[in-house]
Amino acid sequence: MEEARVGVFVCRCGTNIGGFLDVPALVEYAKGLPNVVYSKENLYTCSEAGLTEIRQAIAEQKLNRVIVASCTPRTHEPLFRNTCKEAGLNPYLFEFVNIRDQCSWVHMQETKKATEKAKDLIRMGVARARLLEPQEEIEVEVAPSALVIGGGIAGMTCALSLADRGFEVTLVEREKKLGGLLKDLYKLYPTQGDAVELIGAKIREIEKNRNIEVLTSATVKEIKGFFGNYDVTVKQGEKDFPFRAGVVVIATGAEEFKPVGMYGYEGKNVVTQLELERMLKENKFNANNVVMIQCVGARNEGRNYCSRVCCMTALNNAMIILERNPKAQVFTLYRDMQTYGFYEDLYRKAREKGIIFVKYSPERPPAVDEGVVKVFDEFLGEELRLPYNLVVLSTPMVAHPDSKELAQMLKVPVDEYGFFLEAHVKLRPLDFATDGVYLCGSAHWPSTVSESIAQAYGAASRASIPMSRRHVVAEPIVSVVDQEKCIGCGLCEMICPFKAIRVEETPKGRIARTITASCKGCGVCGASCPQRAITMRHFKDEQMLAEVVVLAEGK
Amino acid sequence: MSQQEGFEPRILGFLCNWCSYAGADLAGVSRFQYPTNLRVIRVMCSGRVDPTLVLEAFMRGIDGVMVLGCHPGDCHYISGNYYTERRIITLQKFLEIIGVRQDRLFLDWVSAGEGERFANLVRDFTEKIMKIGPLSNDLPPYQLQARLLAARDALSQQRMRWLVNREKELWDEGNVFGEKVDQDEFNKVKFEALVREYEKNRILHSISDKAQSVKEIAKATDMTPREVLRNLIVMEQSGLVTVSGIDGVSPKYRRLGG
Repeated sequence: MEEARVGVFVCRCGTNIGGFLDVPALVEYAKGLPNVVYSKENLYTCSEAGLTEIRQAIAEQKLNRVIVASCTPRTHEPLFRNTCKEAGLNPYLFEFVNIRDQCSWVHMQETKKATEKAKDLIRMGVARARLLEPQEEIEVEVAPSALVIGGGIAGMTCALSLADRGFEVTLVEREKKLGGLLKDLYKLYPTQGDAVELIGAKIREIEKNRNIEVLTSATVKEIKGFFGNYDVTVKQGEKDFPFRAGVVVIATGAEEFKPVGMYGYEGKNVVTQLELERMLKENKFNANNVVMIQCVGARNEGRNYCSRVCCMTALNNAMIILERNPKAQVFTLYRDMQTYGFYEDLYRKAREKGIIFVKYSPERPPAVDEGVVKVFDEFLGEELRLPYNLVVLSTPMVAHPDSKELAQMLKVPVDEYGFFLEAHVKLRPLDFATDGVYLCGSAHWPSTVSESIAQAYGAASRASIPMSRRHVVAEPIVSVVDQEKCIGCGLCEMICPFKAIRVEETPKGRIARTITASCKGCGVCGASCPQRAITMRHFKDEQMLAEVVVLAEGK
Repeated sequence: MSQQEGFEPRILGFLCNWCSYAGADLAGVSRFQYPTNLRVIRVMCSGRVDPTLVLEAFMRGIDGVMVLGCHPGDCHYISGNYYTERRIITLQKFLEIIGVRQDRLFLDWVSAGEGERFANLVRDFTEKIMKIGPLSNDLPPYQLQARLLAARDALSQQRMRWLVNREKELWDEGNVFGEKVDQDEFNKVKFEALVREYEKNRILHSISDKAQSVKEIAKATDMTPREVLRNLIVMEQSGLVTVSGIDGVSPKYRRLGG
C-alpha cells in the first residue's frame, strides 16, 4: 500500500474545545507526528466550511488518511466518513479522536493536563490511522414493515403516519384497549378538547387503515435479528404471533407515580391529578376547598427530575374546577412553577381567576392533617393552615417497570430513571444509537400530548427513511479468517454469539469461515483465536497495538 | 502506601462502543469532571479485548488498565461481555501470580445512561493507582519485562486460549459428555496450566540468545534449579530445547526452532 499521508483537523467546537484546550498547540503537535503532512484547526469542523476544507485538503495535499479531533464518533463519524467518500477517499480511512466529550468537557479546570491528554489521543489516532485499510460497505435489505410498541397517542399517531406512507405496521398494546394514558384524562389544554374524543378519532382511523394490524392485550415476547430484518414474536394470551419487521418504534409511554404513604394519600380525599381528572370526567367532583401540592415524589432524592407536565396539568385542572364551581377556592403549593412557552398564558389566567400560589421549600414540605393542610409560605415567612375537602397531589410520570426488559431485548439504553435514552439529545432526538430503532412520546421523557404527537410524526419520518430506501449500509466491521493460519480447531464456532463463523471441510482440510451477513463484528472470536488466524476488519490487532505502543512511548 | 510525589499514573481504558463509551460521552455532555490520566481505546465490544493486548500495555509501562463493558444482559452482542468477564478475571489472578498487583487491571460495567458513574469509576481507579504507585513499584523493570512477556506468550498458547475462552460454556452447558464442570476444579486446572506455560516461556526466553546451564536459568528466572530441570526435561521431550554443550559438569540448554 502507498505510504500514509495523514491530515489532522482539530476542531475548536466554538469554545467547547477551544475554550479549554490549547488548540494551536495541538495543531503544531500533530504536524510533528509520523506521516502527518497536513494539520489545521477549524472553528467547527462539522460546518460546511470545515467539511469543504477536508475535501480540499484530500485533493490538494493528496491525503489518504483523515483524522478529525473533535467530538464523538457516536454522533459525527457518519458525517466525516461521508465527506471523505465525497472527496474520493474510502470512508474507512477516516479516524476520529474524541477530545471534547472525553477531554475538554470533563477536564474544564485543567487546560494544561487536558491538552497533554489530547496530544496523546491524537498521537494514538495517527498511529492507528497509518494502519487503517479501506473497507467495502455491506448492503442489507430492509423489510418495509414496522413494529410500533405502545398504543397510546404517540404510538397510534406514529403507526398511522407510517401506514399512510404505505408501510405495513403492527401496533402492539399491552392493555385491552388502545389509548394509553389519555383514556383517563379529561380536558386537554389549550383547546379544552375531550381527551377521549381525540383518541376515539385516532382509534377509528386505525381500525379503518388496512396497513395496520393491532394486537391488544399483547406483549413483545422476543425480538431477534437486526436492523432491516427483525424477527418479532408477540404474545397475545396463549398465542404467539411471529412476524418480520424492518424497523421498531418504541412508544410505550409512562405511568403516573402513585404517592403511596405520602401526604396521607388514600385515593378519596387525597388524590393524584389523574384521579382528579377521572372524578371530573365522571362528574364525581364535589369540593369547595381544594389544595394542590406540586412536585410530590419528584425533584428529590431518587427521582431527581422535573416531570414537565404536572404544573400545566395542575393549572388546567384548577381552571376546570373553578368553571364547575365558581365558589371553589384553589391553592397551589409549589416549589417552582414550570409553565414554559405558551403555557405561561395558562399561569397568568390562573392568577387572574384567583387561584392562589404558595411557594414552599423542599426542606419544609407541606403537611396534610385532618381537614387542614399546613404549609410554610416562603414569601410570608409564616405557616398557613389551609382547610380542604380535597387534596390533589401532582406526581411525576415514571417509566414503566418493564421498559428495562424491552431495552435489553432491543439492545437500546435507558437512563437512570428507566426512560429510554436517545442517540443524541440534540442531533438525533428520536433515534437510538442502535440503527433501526426509534422512539417517541413519554417513553423518552414526560411529554405533553402535543409534544408526543410531534415526536410521533418525527419518529415515523425517521423510521420510513430506511424502509423507503429498501436497504441500509452495514458497517463492514466483520471477522476474516486467514486460511493459511487456521487449523480448524473450532473454538470460534463454539463461542460466536451469532453463529456467524463455521468450520468447513475444504481441500486444504478443516478451515473456519465467516458468514459475513451474520457477523456483527463484536470481535469475541478475534480475541480468542488460538492461532491468531482471525482478524477483525477495522479493529485489527496491529491497529490496536499501535495505539498502545505510542501511548506508552510518550511524545 | 503513601501517595508518590508528582506521580501521574498512565491509565489505558478499553471502552465498548455501545455502553461504556456512550457513558463516557454522557459524562462529557453532563460535564462530570474526572482526572485527566485516562486514555481511551474504543472497541465495538469489550469482548474484542484480547488479554495479551492488556499485557502488552503493562509490558510497556502503563500503570493501570480499565476494561469497561455493557452490564451483564445488556451486551449489544448478546454475550460478548461474559467472555470479557472470564478473561479479565483470569488475567487479574494471573497478574497477581506473576507479581503484578491485580488492582492495576479493573473490570466493570457502565451503561450509556451512567455518565456520573463512569466519572466516579475513573476517579476512583485513578486514585487507587496513585496510591499503589507506578508499575515499577511492583517489580524491578528487568523482572517485570521478563515476567509479562512470558505471561503474554503463555496466554497466546492454544491450550490456554481454549481453557480461558471455553470456561463459560463448560460451566453453563457442560462438556461434550454433558458433564458440567466444577468451577473450583476448573480454576485449579486452568491456573496450574497457566503457571506451567508461564514457566516454560520464562525458560525459553532466558535461553533464546545463548545456551545456559540450569543454574544460570534458575538465576535469571528466579525459579529453583529443581523446577527449571523438571521443566527442561518435559521441554526436551517435546522438542523445544536441546543440550548444546557442557560447561564443566553442567549441561547447557539451548532453544530449538522459533
